[in-house]
Amino acid sequence: MIEAPSTVPAAGARLPRGQRLRQGLAANPLMVAGGVMSALIVVIALLAPLLAPFPADAGSATHPFMVLRPPSAQHWFGTDNVGRDIYSRVLYGARISPLIAVVVLVLACAIGVPLGVAAGYFGGWLDEAIMRVTDIFLAFPSLLLALALAEVLPPSLITLTIAIAVTWWPWYTRLIRGQAASVAGRPYVESCRALGISRTWIIFRHILPNSLTPLIVQVSLDVGGVILTTSALSFLGLGAQDPTPEWGLMVAEGQNYFTTAWWVVTFPGLAILVTAFAFTLLGDGLRDLLDPKRTFLR
Amino acid sequence: MTVYVARRVALAALVVAGVIVLTFVIAHVVPGDPAATWAGPHASAAQVAAARRYLGLDRPPAVQLLSYFGGILTGNWGIAIHTHRPVLSDLAVAAPASLELVTAAMIIALVVAVPLGLISARWPGRAGDQVIRAGSILGVSMPIFWMALIFQLVFTQRLHLLPVAGEYSPNLLFTHPLTRLTGFGLIDAPLTGNWPMFGSICAHMVLPAVVIAAYPAGLITRMVRAQVLDTLGDAHVQMVRALGFGERAVFGRFAMKLSWNPVLAAIALVFGYSLVNTFLVEAIFDWPGLGSYATDAIATLDTPAILGVTLFIALVYVVVNLIVDLIQAAIDPRIRLR
Amino acid sequence: MRLSITGLQVSFGEQRVVRIAELGIAEAEIVGLAGDSGSGKSMTTLAVLGLAHTVGARVSGSIRLDGTELTKLSQREMREVRGSRIAAIFQSPAMAFNPVFRVGSVVHRALRLHGMSRAQAADAAARAMRQVLLSPSLLDRYPSQLSGGQLQRVAIALALALRAEVLLADEPTSALDVTVQAEVLELLRELRDRERMSVLFISHDLAVVAELCDRVAIMADGAIVEQGPTSQVVTAPRSPQAAELLAAVPRLQPGAGR
Repeated sequence: MIEAPSTVPAAGARLPRGQRLRQGLAANPLMVAGGVMSALIVVIALLAPLLAPFPADAGSATHPFMVLRPPSAQHWFGTDNVGRDIYSRVLYGARISPLIAVVVLVLACAIGVPLGVAAGYFGGWLDEAIMRVTDIFLAFPSLLLALALAEVLPPSLITLTIAIAVTWWPWYTRLIRGQAASVAGRPYVESCRALGISRTWIIFRHILPNSLTPLIVQVSLDVGGVILTTSALSFLGLGAQDPTPEWGLMVAEGQNYFTTAWWVVTFPGLAILVTAFAFTLLGDGLRDLLDPKRTFLR
Repeated sequence: MTVYVARRVALAALVVAGVIVLTFVIAHVVPGDPAATWAGPHASAAQVAAARRYLGLDRPPAVQLLSYFGGILTGNWGIAIHTHRPVLSDLAVAAPASLELVTAAMIIALVVAVPLGLISARWPGRAGDQVIRAGSILGVSMPIFWMALIFQLVFTQRLHLLPVAGEYSPNLLFTHPLTRLTGFGLIDAPLTGNWPMFGSICAHMVLPAVVIAAYPAGLITRMVRAQVLDTLGDAHVQMVRALGFGERAVFGRFAMKLSWNPVLAAIALVFGYSLVNTFLVEAIFDWPGLGSYATDAIATLDTPAILGVTLFIALVYVVVNLIVDLIQAAIDPRIRLR
Repeated sequence: MRLSITGLQVSFGEQRVVRIAELGIAEAEIVGLAGDSGSGKSMTTLAVLGLAHTVGARVSGSIRLDGTELTKLSQREMREVRGSRIAAIFQSPAMAFNPVFRVGSVVHRALRLHGMSRAQAADAAARAMRQVLLSPSLLDRYPSQLSGGQLQRVAIALALALRAEVLLADEPTSALDVTVQAEVLELLRELRDRERMSVLFISHDLAVVAELCDRVAIMADGAIVEQGPTSQVVTAPRSPQAAELLAAVPRLQPGAGR
């Protein structure tokens, strides 16, 4: 096949790692933007108590005389229907959604990855059984299963987390299973077995490392999705409960006042958008960077 | 090909069975004793025991599962608490409106996304590509319920461009009442020549459909771009160029045909996803579909109704996936010739 | 000379990958372009087809086809030349055909692109298939249903049906079995003799080149280091690269036909 020469034009030798990284970053302004934004959000989450002018408003404080005030110098994002400072609540909200996302994804991996490895490596009836169960879970669009579970259980952030994790693991099982199966089929793995090397060793030293890159890419792309799911379920009343400053819940609470007090809904929702956007940008960029089939098309 | 079809249908049936079982499991994950809840807080132990017998909860789980299974298959999906009607008939009334909405959204998404994806792939790395990529990521990161509220505020209440809510203008109920034949407003209206109603439904559908289309549009744009770029390194692309085809044909006809398969799979995925997104949008626009039904059910903790909707959407999803699989096999010979 | 290349340079930024002072193919002649991988042979094909820009390369110099200066043509004019006057076949026939199109579909579309009516296209395709000794019914198959040799013959049939004057064959036999290879080579000879095509046969295998070609050009590092009638180059190579390539061939029979 006619292709451009394998060396990138300019120097014939491979560029030093730092320079390649910088070139990769320069070629990917979107990813850099996403990374910066995500880092900023994490910083905000960590520093929320310091940054929020009214930290008590993120809790159960109410101010009956400050109800539904528009944005002002004192309340940058205005106040909500019980007088709480929305800016402070939005800042504190940054601690909730990303944290839940992390917990959910860790749980989902903890369930999904071992199942995927087992299915891909051992094959046979175990593979069939696991994949059928996975298929059944995947027959539910993600939000739906989490919703059904969250509905039958008492509403709380913990229930929410478990419900979403239970919905999310099948994707990773499928992903890892494909990777594990292809690695397991390679000749060098067979020769390892022939040499008598234990299965556990093979799994941990060969199968897992080779399957990790697509998993990392997928997880980073999923952060935004989990954040959206969390806020959607809270919006429906199935997750966070008042007075938790969860962004989805804040949008739900502000719905009834929206036509006259637009700020109650706008800012929390904007926070969801920006956060999901930032992490998805980052994940997208990571995929471009880590994807072995990078095609440098000018 | 028939072997492939048979295999896929059998697999789908198996998944359907599993879905019903899983729904049963969820229904029984409810903490606490359903019999005690049903009998009420002042019931005596004997009454609770009687309730348990009445509700069939004293039978072994396997028997309960079987009767549940049988019930589902014969159309007994339980009674919805908030409407006091059989869940299945509630669904029959609500489903068409949502299916219409989601289909409209998918069409909007495709019409927007495929050309944008192609443009993005044709000139990768340039400004247009970056903008389209950022835009598509924005689409998939959008909190739908928020977008619905904002759009409603801006387009209906502030700009007065579009109707606020409902499926059609309420006045038309008197002047041009709609006769329901299929349950699908957009089909029934033209069928009965009721054009004012048709127009009204379309106008009311615009906002919710556009909001729901955001995610699919973003996803499909990214997918088309990725698939087409992926294909461009292949030898057959150069061959077709060497035959004298222009870039538009190279991208639009030859590279794109290879991309349809994964795009179709994405369409199936987003169809299901969008059907669930109606939960977040319909209540805001007062669109009388599954979403509104589900939102009401959630608000009243109507478990039979919620499980009914869940089961229904899962089944629709399985069917849609099956259809897409079969279309994929028809388009791409490599699948069925394996 | 039907096709004459003079002072051709192809570069990627600062890096020059092809530097051809002079190369020509006459009517009814097969010229071999031999050399190691990376010597710039494939880029020459792309340059002649005017497709070098699709991989990001720049072209300067002169490529004349029957007096027309190809490098001065617009993309639209070049699209008319591609396929109908200059055809190309590639190394891996299985990869050269789009897997989701029936083989005949691509053939028909190409023929109609260059001005034939539906009936004419069907006719020309069928005739060309028979000329390469394939049943026209194979056109209804998908590439995955045909063997490498069959696909390569379909590619040649396409060049025939389009009545191309020049055929650029980029390693057409490298991915094929020896027996199938022989059939393809025979077809190329027929193209030269019956259709009076000018064929540029690119290969790293000097044995095949020596067997098929009338004249040979040896390429190394993007430049032509030796050129001349096959018998001469093969028996009395003057450049070290030619000598090396010859030495790599197990048993060479210079000038002998099959």
